[in-house]
Amino acid sequence: MSGAARGPAPVIGVLALQGDVREHLTALTGAGAQARPVRRRAELDAVDGLVIPGGESTTISKLVDIFELREPIDKRIAAGMPVYGSCAGMIMLAGEVLDGRPDQRGFDGIEMTVRRNAFGRQVDSFEAPVEIVGVDGPALHAVFIRAPWVERVGAGVEVLGTVTDGPAAGRIVAVRQGNLLATSFHPELTGDLRLHRYFVDLTRAVA
Amino acid sequence: MSDPTSPNAASTSPVVGTARVKRGMAEMLKGGVIMDVVTPEQAKIAEDAGAVAVMALERVPADIRAQGGVSRMSDPDMIDGIIEAVSIPVMAKARIGHFVEAQVLQALGVDYVDESEVLTPADYANHIDKWAFTVPFVCGATNLGEALRRITEGAAMIRSKGEAGTGDVSNATTHMRRIRQEIRRLQNLPADELYVAAKELQAPYELVKEVAEAGKLPVVLFTAGGIATPADAAMMMQLGAEGVFVGSGIFKSGNPAQRAAAIVKATTFHDDPDVLAKVSRGLGEAMVGINVDDIPVPHRLAERGW
Repeated sequence: MSGAARGPAPVIGVLALQGDVREHLTALTGAGAQARPVRRRAELDAVDGLVIPGGESTTISKLVDIFELREPIDKRIAAGMPVYGSCAGMIMLAGEVLDGRPDQRGFDGIEMTVRRNAFGRQVDSFEAPVEIVGVDGPALHAVFIRAPWVERVGAGVEVLGTVTDGPAAGRIVAVRQGNLLATSFHPELTGDLRLHRYFVDLTRAVA
Repeated sequence: MSDPTSPNAASTSPVVGTARVKRGMAEMLKGGVIMDVVTPEQAKIAEDAGAVAVMALERVPADIRAQGGVSRMSDPDMIDGIIEAVSIPVMAKARIGHFVEAQVLQALGVDYVDESEVLTPADYANHIDKWAFTVPFVCGATNLGEALRRITEGAAMIRSKGEAGTGDVSNATTHMRRIRQEIRRLQNLPADELYVAAKELQAPYELVKEVAEAGKLPVVLFTAGGIATPADAAMMMQLGAEGVFVGSGIFKSGNPAQRAAAIVKATTFHDDPDVLAKVSRGLGEAMVGINVDDIPVPHRLAERGW
């Protein structure tokens, strides 16, 4: 089904301070959104939803402060703007971060505790299938790169997916709270657009 | 090329060391700055400044150049110290062709191995078979053929070589422009001329065809070698680099912490001259530097690797 058939294409920004911005822009476009990079306040004001990409969360956190985007993004989140964070983006959306830097801060996002680099170093990075609640069809092929996992979630948080096999079986890797969505893994690296469609639909419903 | 990134679809168990997780790791570093560090203290300064990763080595290229001698992989104790000190990814250098140094670095848990011309080559015919490793590799290149040969050997990230340890950005621009120019040329060739192009590039036809169709390398392309100022970093980004390695440029300058932070900001806002003007102020002295032209050709590091 094309995006146009379901209503106008929502405008979705990708926070473009550092990370795999291009992959998210491509996936969002393929999923029926008007996608554009966001580095400035005025660019943020023009979007219906926001993706925080994969990257280095300590760097993104620092740049968010330096370029004065923290308060405006927190305000938009409080006002109900849909946000999706993958990997570093999940860390940026977490209420509490373990194994982060002491000065590292996320947005006022999802009530959850996330452990940074929880699966290990790069040699432990892996691919595995993950079933996602609300995403039809076969399991998503999930790519985990120095990925975080979710250790605890608050009452209002829905767990959408867990790792099924291997040493980290049972770990939470996809969650949603209201209009906020986060995954430990990188659907933008696989060409499978289902999770981006899920977020585009969510944003379209709110916009 | 057949898809080397696709694991066994039937299995539900986790698969490590795939081309996709190796190349994907480099995708996550895009738009960022990777800084050479020789001590845990320097690594912390780099992390504080917003580096996306650090490169652990025993001497920065400017000192390798000044002191001469054979330059090798760093002491494991020193690499451990840096891994302990920071939470961001840690890279380390192995000599060209020295697959045992690479095995040691993988065992130490480094996140990326740089098979680097900055160290003294260990093999003047063969590079490391990088497919044999779980840890991903970055390699230097001065032109497209070299980049494609490294990718064929399994490199998951390419950096243009430049001339390390000089603070002279001219070779970085030459190499980046050359790689991008050769990609544009491939894009404009009729399909039946790609066979000869592959022969000229000394690279596999399938990979050449893939680059001609995509208009880019199948892996991330960073820049390196001689970047010393925020403006240098921004210029390289505008020339098409997807991120920046800074070696001697930071810790051989007057105020490393401030310069490192400025280069990080300049890399993000590489296309905004107002931001670049602001971050370029009051940084103190840049590294003194050497003109590449003053270095005799046999002493140029970019000539190593083929």
